[in-house]
Amino acid sequence: MATTAAPSVTVRTPELARRRGADAPGAIFRVVLFGGLTFSLLLLAVLIWQMWSEGGSVITDRFGSFVTSGMATEPAEAGVWQGIKGTVLLGLIVAFVAFPLGICAAIYLEEYSRAGRFARVVDINIRNLAGVPSIVYGLLGLAVFVKALGDDGGGGLTGGRTLISAGLTLSLLVLPIVIITAQEALRAVPSGIREGALALGATRWEMIRYHVVPAAAPGMLTGTVLSLARAAGEAAPLLVVGATTGVFFTGNQGLLEQITDGRFTALPMVIFSFARQPASQGWPALVGAASLVLLALIFLMNAIAIYFRNRYEKKW
Amino acid sequence: MTVASAPLGVADLRPNPSKRRRDRLARLGFLSAAIASIVVTVLIIGSLVFEAAEFLRQVELSTLTDVGWFPRNGRFDISTLVVGTLIVAGIAMLVAVPLGLASAIYLAEYASPRARRVIKPVLEMLAGVPSVVLGFFAISFITPEILERVKSDVQFFNLASAGLAVGILTLPLIASISEDAMRAVPAALREGAYGLGSRKIIVSLRIVFPAAISGIVAAIIIGLSRAIGETMVVAIAAGATGGSLFTLDIFGQGQTMTAAMAALGAGTDQVKGDDAASQSLFFIGMLLFLITFALNFVGDFFVRRIRERY
Repeated sequence: MATTAAPSVTVRTPELARRRGADAPGAIFRVVLFGGLTFSLLLLAVLIWQMWSEGGSVITDRFGSFVTSGMATEPAEAGVWQGIKGTVLLGLIVAFVAFPLGICAAIYLEEYSRAGRFARVVDINIRNLAGVPSIVYGLLGLAVFVKALGDDGGGGLTGGRTLISAGLTLSLLVLPIVIITAQEALRAVPSGIREGALALGATRWEMIRYHVVPAAAPGMLTGTVLSLARAAGEAAPLLVVGATTGVFFTGNQGLLEQITDGRFTALPMVIFSFARQPASQGWPALVGAASLVLLALIFLMNAIAIYFRNRYEKKW
Repeated sequence: MTVASAPLGVADLRPNPSKRRRDRLARLGFLSAAIASIVVTVLIIGSLVFEAAEFLRQVELSTLTDVGWFPRNGRFDISTLVVGTLIVAGIAMLVAVPLGLASAIYLAEYASPRARRVIKPVLEMLAGVPSVVLGFFAISFITPEILERVKSDVQFFNLASAGLAVGILTLPLIASISEDAMRAVPAALREGAYGLGSRKIIVSLRIVFPAAISGIVAAIIIGLSRAIGETMVVAIAAGATGGSLFTLDIFGQGQTMTAAMAALGAGTDQVKGDDAASQSLFFIGMLLFLITFALNFVGDFFVRRIRERY
C-alpha cells in the first residue's frame, strides 16, 4: 500500500528531550516533593533541638536529681520521679490486661471465625475503635471505672481515681492496636503450618498453642511494644480519669498502696503540670528536660519494636 | 470370616475426650476476648449517651446557644467549641495535607528502596512524638519564633500555633496511609504509561495519583478525624482554659471541644459530682465521638474500596 501522508509522529528520544530541557516541570516537581519530605523530617530535628535548647541545661547539670525527685513548688528541686514511676506502673497494667485480651481476640478472629459474619462485625468495630479520640476513652474510664466500679473515689473495685482505673482505661485505648497488629502477625503465618499440625492429629488448640502462636510471636511482640509506646505518651485520658497535676507527696507507701491509693501521675501528666506553671521561673527548662526523657523512652520502645521486626522477620 | 478388630471408625480418629474438652475451652476463651472488644464499644456509647442525656435534662436548652462557652457559669454555647475545633483542624490540614502528600508521592514514586528504609522509621518517630511535647513546642517555638514574625501582636496562647502543631502531629499519618495507597497501585499501570512515552511527573500525577485517590481521600479524612480529636496540644497552646467567647480570630485565644473537655477534667475543682458543668463533659464527648466516628467510617469505606479494586 502506498504510504499516504506518513503520520507526523515526532519521536522524542531521551537525548532529544534532554537537549531541549523538556522536563523542566518534572524537575521542579521532584524538587518540590523532595522539599516537602525534607521539611517534614526537619520538623522532628527542630522539635528535638528546641527541647534540648530549653531543657538541655537541666539534663547536663542535674540529671540525677531530676529523675529521682518528685514534683516540687521550686523548679530547682522539681523532678520527674513520680511520673516515671506512674508510667512504668501503668505500662505494667496495660501489659497484663490489654496484651492477653488483645492477642486472644486476634486469635479468635483469625483462627476460628475468619470469614464469619461475627468476625466481620468485630473487625469493623475494632477499626472504628482505633480511631476514637483518646479523650473519649477518658470519659469511658470516668464513667465506668471511676464512677460505676469505683464508687466515685470511695473504694469499690477500682477505688475511684486510682492507677488501676487509669491503667484499665489505657488498656482499652490500646486494645484495638494490639488486636490489629496481632491479626497481621497471625495472617503472615502460612496455612501450610496449620494444615501440617492438623494432619498429624493436633487439635485446633494444640495447633495454635504449639505452631501458630510461636511462629507469630515476633510480630505480636512488635505490636505490643508499639502499643506500649502509645500508652506511655497519652495524657488526655489520664487527665479525665483524674491524674494529679499539681504538687503531691506519696511518702513511704508500698507498691500496692500506690496502685490503689488515690493520687497518681505519669510522665506526660508531669510535662503538662510543668507547662502550666508560670513561664518565667525556670519551668520551661523542666518541660524541655521532661520532654526529652519521655521522647527518649518512646523512641527506645520504637527502636526495640523495629529491631524485633527486622531481626525475626521470617520469609516463608 | 473372622473380624480381628472392629473396622476403623470416625470415633477412633478423634482425639481423646480431655483433649477435646481443652480445645472447646480454648475456643470459648478466645471467643470471650473477641466479644470484649464489642463490649468496649457498647460501654463507650452507653456511658456517653447516658451522661449526655443527664446533662440535657439538667440544663435549659437555650443555654446551648448562650453567649460563649463558660461551663462554670452555666453558658454552654456549643457553636463556640465547634467553630474553634474547625479552625484548629482546618489550619492543621493546611500543614499536613500538602506536606504529607508530597512526602507520600516522593516515598512511593521517587525514593530508592534504600532511602525509603531510612526515611520511613524517621516519619514513624515523628508520629510517635507525644502530644504534650508538641503542645509545649507550640508555645515555646511556633508562637515566638514563627507567628510573632508574621504578626507581632499575636497572643501567647492562640489557635494558630495549636493548629500548626496539630498539623505536625497528623502529617505522618496522612503520609503513611496515602503512601500505602499509592504503592498498592499495580506496576503494570505505571509501565503502560511509560510505554506510551509518559514522563515521571505525568505517571505520578495522572496515573498513580488518580488510581490511588480513594486511599488518599481516606488518609485526609482519617487525618482530619485525628486532628479534631487531638486534645493536649490545644489544651496547652490555645489558652482560654476558663472558657471562651465565640471567636474567629486565629491569633487570639480560643477553645476547641477537646480542650474544653481537658479544662473540665483538669480544673482545680476536678470533675466531680453531677452538676451541669461536669456533665457537659460527656455531652461534648458524645458530639466528638459522633463526628470522629462518622469520619472514620467514611475513611474506612474508601480504604476498603481501594483494597478491593487491586
